[in-house]
Amino acid sequence: MTDGRKFMRRRDLLRGATLGSGALILSGCDALNENATFRSALRAVDSLNQMTHRSLMDRAALAPEFAPSDISPVFKTNGSVIATSAEYLAHLQNGFADWRLRVDGMVANPLVLGLDALRAMPVRTQITRHDCVEGWSAIAQWQGTPLRLLLQQARVSSRAKYIVFHCADDYGALPYYESIDLVDAYHPQTILAWGMNGETLPVKYGAPIRLRVERQLGYKQAKYVMRIEATDDLTKFHGGKGGYWEDVGDYAWYAGI
Amino acid sequence: MDATQSGAQDVVKRHHILTRIWHWLNAIFATILLMSGLMIFNAHPQLYWGEFGARGDYAWLQIDDTRTTGFVRIGSARVETTGVLGLSLDSKDKVRRVAFPGWATIPTHYSLAAARRWHFAFAWLFALGLTAFMLGSLVNGHIRKDLHVRRAEWSVANIWKDIKNHAQLRFNHAHGTYNILQKLAYIGLIFVVLPTMILTGITMSPALNAAWPWLLDLFGGRQSARSLHFIAAAMMALFVVIHLVMVLLSGPIKGVRSMITGRHAATSELGQDGERP
Repeated sequence: MTDGRKFMRRRDLLRGATLGSGALILSGCDALNENATFRSALRAVDSLNQMTHRSLMDRAALAPEFAPSDISPVFKTNGSVIATSAEYLAHLQNGFADWRLRVDGMVANPLVLGLDALRAMPVRTQITRHDCVEGWSAIAQWQGTPLRLLLQQARVSSRAKYIVFHCADDYGALPYYESIDLVDAYHPQTILAWGMNGETLPVKYGAPIRLRVERQLGYKQAKYVMRIEATDDLTKFHGGKGGYWEDVGDYAWYAGI
Repeated sequence: MDATQSGAQDVVKRHHILTRIWHWLNAIFATILLMSGLMIFNAHPQLYWGEFGARGDYAWLQIDDTRTTGFVRIGSARVETTGVLGLSLDSKDKVRRVAFPGWATIPTHYSLAAARRWHFAFAWLFALGLTAFMLGSLVNGHIRKDLHVRRAEWSVANIWKDIKNHAQLRFNHAHGTYNILQKLAYIGLIFVVLPTMILTGITMSPALNAAWPWLLDLFGGRQSARSLHFIAAAMMALFVVIHLVMVLLSGPIKGVRSMITGRHAATSELGQDGERP
């Protein structure tokens, strides 16, 4: 055997050892990733982050707002770009004239409101940044009805802890839904948007109304909202984790990061 | 480095217990953060400057594929990286169209939710560890005695001499002080790169933007913060590579042993280059 070949063999050995130990560490991390105790420890950090965020700022601290010149030239569409139920398509066809938003659950005064009634309420207009969990951001102007006003009108029970948003769209085979706690529900920038960049909210962005909850990530911004329900228990809805992506993709329910 | 020397045969006390604990824990945390961070990057393998940025906006960096080749594009410069970046094979030789291959990410498969959980959990440990190390090093004198660059060291001649020493692979750490390049590397890492990692990470949180909007002004927007987070991570990785090469070249067994036990046998190297600080 020549020196060169001996060298090659030694190099292969070294490479094998390096790759081998690397693979061992990686498979260790993967095994840890599947371990139930480890997963629940990591999941506990979601609550730690939420508690930290809540203690660091006023509950009404505003998300940054931008100038009209900052608006993204193209706002990327994501998730469903239309809801496909027969009911939704019928509403779409007649311009949402007969569409009604229901506000119910743990409320003293359930509401049923049409788009005109929503638009007749005090309006909030805000230019904010939408951050996808994947990492991209887009800026748009949103115009809508503060959720707070609807919840006050509906007289949410003092036992309620969450507000659930039921949507018209299925994503994959399952209905989209989302939920937020009352701190975010009563936040001044939390609105049901029916206008975007000065126009009626387009279908691909969630017409007739979508939620804007500006201190959280994109998957919380439910589109095609049909019904708003106050509750004290998220486990009774769908997969039980409080939202479509929380159920399907195991994303954190608190999406402030 | 309490260099309590009393003779040439001395065992020098080199690393404070706090330095040693932080060094090894931080090595683990930083590795996990880097690898889970690469998985998070895979979810959107483009970087932008400014407040916003998405597919359709101009990205200054892109790691992507054309279905048959992988590539990295920085500005207008494009390099094919098939097999490693953009497009690679997994352990079962299946083609994966992701920016960073499975062997570089936690978890090895695509899971944004899992990578985020790892990242945010270890980010806490990393940030708390760095803060404790900084405060502790201020108290125990590590910063003042070991990292502080003395006025006499700030001379072109001294820096040039040190560059030459490094180029000739002459390392002389035995007398218990860091050379100027080493000090600058450690200071840059501990006081610039690592804090930048933490602050740019925090700047990407929409909730913390409401709490501390000045961070957006500091870094020039969320997407700039994301770019700087990636650049700082690359600098951290570069530091680790250089650090490991230096350890290998300057006596890996002694180096690792002293970072574990805190003690360093100071006999042999002293003779080579009898300089004292």
